[in-house]
Amino acid sequence: MTTAMTTDEAHKNTGMGKDLVVYLCMLALAAIQFVIAYQDISASQMFGRMLSVAVVEAGLALLFFMHLSENRGLMWFVLIFTVSVVLGMQYGWTDSFRILGGVPWAK
Amino acid sequence: MSQADLTMQGHSTAAMAEPTFSVPAKKMAMWLFIIADTATFAGCLVAYGFIRNSTPDWPRPFHSITNVALMTLILLTSSLTMLIGVRSAQKGDKAGAFRWTMITAVAGILFAILHIREWMGMIGEGATLFHNPWGTPLFGSLFFSITGLHLLHVTGGVIALVAVGLRYKAGRYRADDLEITGLYWHFVDLVWMFVVPLVYLLNLAH
Repeated sequence: MTTAMTTDEAHKNTGMGKDLVVYLCMLALAAIQFVIAYQDISASQMFGRMLSVAVVEAGLALLFFMHLSENRGLMWFVLIFTVSVVLGMQYGWTDSFRILGGVPWAK
Repeated sequence: MSQADLTMQGHSTAAMAEPTFSVPAKKMAMWLFIIADTATFAGCLVAYGFIRNSTPDWPRPFHSITNVALMTLILLTSSLTMLIGVRSAQKGDKAGAFRWTMITAVAGILFAILHIREWMGMIGEGATLFHNPWGTPLFGSLFFSITGLHLLHVTGGVIALVAVGLRYKAGRYRADDLEITGLYWHFVDLVWMFVVPLVYLLNLAH
């Protein structure tokens, strides 16, 4: 409870300056994604670069707009849970393609 | 009641009183919803990625980024206005909090209008859920499903913002409730950061 009150106090005491800086950083990162779209590179390179920028952008939103930086326990819970699910899906989807291509009646 | 029962009851009361990660129950429920919804969107985007990779003649129908850039600007800015609204509520500025929440809702409506305008353009060119003039019909299915799911979230967010904003103004809701709605709105913004590069920018005609 004490931590929750401390978090509320932190919200009240933090000015808009930091939020504005984070917002401008996110705008800049979004602009970088649009610049990458016009680069003369392969689709996989483009995908990797855009996804990296998107992850940084999402990280900023989670840490500062959604205040996860003020609650380490919740931050680790969200991070570990979400990353596990997304990685699990990567395994699941690739495996579903293997099953589609590998079963006797597929071709 | 025995001493042991009283001791156990005391322990369980203490355990119930301490919220998980020091987060109030309503806020924790929103975080759990966000995690679950992340899995939904991740499932759609990962499936889209695999299908796009395994389809050789994947179409690149987008010629202009003006509309999607404007939509991104509006949604990012709406996250900032939401944040200002929540901070105003935490400072006790009820009028300011309501005003910024409504500005956020208007930005959401603007985003939805631009989104529907883009859909109309695509439909006008012959793209539907099951067909498109540029090649594999899977493009239309995935494009409309993923962007449609996001648009549904934006629409739900706008309704929630107006409902919670009005109840906050009427004194029925507190600053915490506005903050929880804000969490959802930031999540909608966060998802868009992945939808734009994967669904729009990777399919830009060069």
